[in-house]
Amino acid sequence: MGHRHQLTDSVIQVNHLSFKYTSQYVLEDITLHVRKGAFLGLVGPNGSGKSTLVKCLLGIQTPQQGDISLFGEPLKKFSGWDRIGYVSQKANSFNSGFPATVFEVVSMGLYGKIGLFRFLTKKHKQKVYEAIEKVEMSAYTNENIGNLSGGQQQRVFIARALVSDPDLLILDEPTVGVDVHSVQQFYTMLKQLNQEHGITLVLITHDIGAMTDYVTDVACLNKHLHFHGDTDTFTESENEMMSTLYGHDVHMLTHNHDHSACEVPTS
Amino acid sequence: MEWLESLTFIQRGVIAGVVIGFVSPILGAFLLVRRITIISEALSHITLTGIAAGIFMSQAIAFVSFLNPLYMGFLFSLIGSLLIEKLRQWYKHFEELAIPIILSTGVGLSAILMSASGSATTEWYNYLFGSIITVSLADLSFIIITALLAIAIMSFMYKEFLVISFDQEFASVSGVPVKRMNILFSVLIALVISMAMKVVGILLVGAMITLPVAASIQIAKSFRQILLLGIVFGQVSMIGGIISSYYLNVATGGMVVVVSILLLMLAMGIKKLQHA
Ligand SMILES: Nc1ncnc2c1ncn2[C@@H]1O[C@H](COP(=O)(O)OP(=O)(O)OP(=O)(O)O)[C@@H](O)[C@H]1O
Ligand SMILES: [Mg+2]
Repeated sequence: MGHRHQLTDSVIQVNHLSFKYTSQYVLEDITLHVRKGAFLGLVGPNGSGKSTLVKCLLGIQTPQQGDISLFGEPLKKFSGWDRIGYVSQKANSFNSGFPATVFEVVSMGLYGKIGLFRFLTKKHKQKVYEAIEKVEMSAYTNENIGNLSGGQQQRVFIARALVSDPDLLILDEPTVGVDVHSVQQFYTMLKQLNQEHGITLVLITHDIGAMTDYVTDVACLNKHLHFHGDTDTFTESENEMMSTLYGHDVHMLTHNHDHSACEVPTS
Repeated sequence: MEWLESLTFIQRGVIAGVVIGFVSPILGAFLLVRRITIISEALSHITLTGIAAGIFMSQAIAFVSFLNPLYMGFLFSLIGSLLIEKLRQWYKHFEELAIPIILSTGVGLSAILMSASGSATTEWYNYLFGSIITVSLADLSFIIITALLAIAIMSFMYKEFLVISFDQEFASVSGVPVKRMNILFSVLIALVISMAMKVVGILLVGAMITLPVAASIQIAKSFRQILLLGIVFGQVSMIGGIISSYYLNVATGGMVVVVSILLLMLAMGIKKLQHA
């Protein structure tokens, strides 16, 4: 994508990050590097700190220790928020009574880019329609967001994250509530974005089996970063990895209703 | 501004009404989607405290006697608005507590100041229930200045307010300075409340902010429609209320509310028909 000349090909750099909400650390001494063009799958059991790590990356939470850089700039000085697309875990963190149409919601993804110019230009509107098309929600463009099903809402939020042509896309369990068929299409779309458009992706998921077909890198988190490397290395040592991460009773730990997520693949 | 001086009192009242009927529903739409319309109730009462303080001071201290008490009202409204924002953060899981705290503080202090200043009851009556015939030239220019400020804030920050109201977390990730915007939003609320109160009255300011959008949300399908229909309903309520109150010789705020309620019922009827 590169609107600017890239001095560094580091998209995310985390050094010795520790974070606690109250008294107990939920992330400890995390060091993580995501290079430009990577498609990182971030996995770990419930409560392992995946969402928290992402919130630290986005400046929603401030870590007690360590530092973070985005696109080579320290987080504190970082201002290129329009280069980042984000889909949060709880699609319902939004104000569900808000009478906004799908079009209005998706165009909010452009507000960071438009700056002080108040109105959407024709070109902006075209972008919004394209993003809605990408997630196959065109039939609902003027529908009220509150009237959509959970999976449909999730698609709209994905479109909102895509509309600004981000260089980095962070997705926190974006496919929860999305049906199996669409999940596969969705992963294919992500892979396309990654390979053809060079967008760097961070995907949090419990769907480890399906994920490994698409991602280039895997990171396993459970308070500490247990593994971080390319997908092949991960699949080689996957069984070990999973039992350190999840303990023995792996089947109990996933909450995804997608059937494939209920089995930990034995390679 | 010469034309302002040549206006008759009824013309002044109508102009004030049109301005208020335009600005209040826009603020109301944002309060509505944030589910904090009730803030207008708390702030109108703290505005009354400010006005009472203004009147009290102008009697006690010759130095400030020229000051329109509405300015003092705005100042108190602003302090109250910022306090509510703070209180809502302190009582994170009981945000609504901020409202009764500020409201009762406002009423309590007002009672003290009103009894200390000993102004005529009719003057208080006008502040409480609104009066179109007492809109002075100074009041009208106060209303116009605050309205212009409010409109400027709302049009420059429209996108930011919209995205914050919809999804605060996403807003901050998109680079919207959420904290600063929320403070600015508090200023905006204070401006509109102190602006509207002279015509509609303290007790009914909340109605002017809430009722037009309560009606428009019945039939609106998008945020834009809530705004546009809200303004239409606001205008009809204000102008209808002012004219009827003048001819019936009753409190303006009261008639404004009656017209708003009729519009609300009309909107509900339309909705029923749409779904039938
Ligand atoms: N707002 C909060 N206040 C206090 N503690 C929190 C908060 N959010 C999360 N936690 C705690 O931090 C830990 C990590 O939570 P986090 O949401 O990051 O986990 P996760 O890996 O995303 O889990 P899941 O797979 O269920 O989404 C948990 O123990 C949780 O209880
Ligand atoms: Mg999570």
